[in-house]
Amino acid sequence: MAPIKVYGWAVSPWMSRTLVCLEEANAEYEIVPMSRSGGDHLLPDYLAINPFGQIPALQDGDLTLYQSRAIARYILRKLKPEFLREGNLRESAMVDAWVDVQAHKLEPILLPIVVNCIINQFVGRDRDQDVVDENIEKLKKLLEVYEARLSTSKYLAGDFLSFAEFTHFAFMRYFMATEYYADVVDAYPHFKAWWEALLSRPSVKKVMAGMPPDFGFGSGKIP
Amino acid sequence: MAPVKVFGPAMSTNVARVLVCLEEVGAEYEVVNIDFQAQEHKSPEHLVRNPFGQIPAFQDGDLLLFESRAISKYVLRKYKTDKVDLLREGNLKEAAMVDVWTEVDAHTYNPALSPIVYECLINPMMRGIPTNQKVVDESLEKLKKVLEVYEAHLSKHKYLAGDFISFADLNHFPYTFYFMGTPHAALFDSYPHVKAWWERIMARPSVQKLGASMVPPKA
Repeated sequence: MAPIKVYGWAVSPWMSRTLVCLEEANAEYEIVPMSRSGGDHLLPDYLAINPFGQIPALQDGDLTLYQSRAIARYILRKLKPEFLREGNLRESAMVDAWVDVQAHKLEPILLPIVVNCIINQFVGRDRDQDVVDENIEKLKKLLEVYEARLSTSKYLAGDFLSFAEFTHFAFMRYFMATEYYADVVDAYPHFKAWWEALLSRPSVKKVMAGMPPDFGFGSGKIP
Repeated sequence: MAPVKVFGPAMSTNVARVLVCLEEVGAEYEVVNIDFQAQEHKSPEHLVRNPFGQIPAFQDGDLLLFESRAISKYVLRKYKTDKVDLLREGNLKEAAMVDVWTEVDAHTYNPALSPIVYECLINPMMRGIPTNQKVVDESLEKLKKVLEVYEAHLSKHKYLAGDFISFADLNHFPYTFYFMGTPHAALFDSYPHVKAWWERIMARPSVQKLGASMVPPKA
């Protein structure tokens, strides 16, 4: 059987979401590297794969998928369904709820922090400190809810590891590379312990090796 | 069996997302309003249901849930039958396509369309804030590009995930319903397959029923 193909640049947090799940699922896969600065995602051949011109995309036989969480769910459903719990009404609902908390609450906060604190300096944009400050405050309020949850539950969805954990790696990895990380996270000891446990997983370590803290800009390996 | 409870105003888009799923599966449910003016969404009672102080929240017996898409999927799984299967989790390819277009709604379609709803309807009518035309114009340009992709896709498929109605289509209902109440509704006329798909959704009894309780307040 042909290995699964994943298209994109490995420094992308969205790509890393799918890679962590592929690793956790012990999937056979190969990365088809693309260049963001080269505009590979906008070429006709790629638009035939993802008409929205975004990465990652995945091909498994004649099935083509895009959107990192849809890709991740497909891989887990196929190879490691226990990380989704779709056979259990209550457990699957808790997985879905915390996957969506990351998607709709945490990521919209971490993205502007990461863009302003890490990326902007390399692409000729000024850092907008007001945007950073505003989002750091929102982050602290949000982490209060995570802290309360993780004080009574070993993992986000319950007493079991799930996709809810894996989906959080991507943007937390880059937030960890900003100057705000230590002070913010130290105030939430259960959240910090949960995050450090996630970081220690072999899947995460392997994927993180392809994600330098400056996205590769500083070393000239522009994505 | 006690009916499930959905907490939040029925006309709120994310509450409507859950309600359309309940209607599609024919579940018994009740809507419990949450009074935002009275800060009820921040009350201790509500924070137990939704620790983020938002709506919707959901209760089924002793199960409390938050996040409208998670609640919706719980409903669609619980009440699934051979005839009504809006997630297709028994079929890898079909389920994947439902997920793809659910994510596209969340991360591509809605971010382009919802600012138009906020600027043209919600801000002026409910918050006394005038329309920011720059935001509307920028969003319209983004939305046109998105609708081009939808047009190409829907010229090959009756519904988003394939030839079957699914959660992916239903996710588009609440905000698109309100978009049709803005001055820019005619934009869809330029995308005939998208328009036909939207009309198929609007014709569904579940959508007809909910639409009646979602008429925006007059200014």
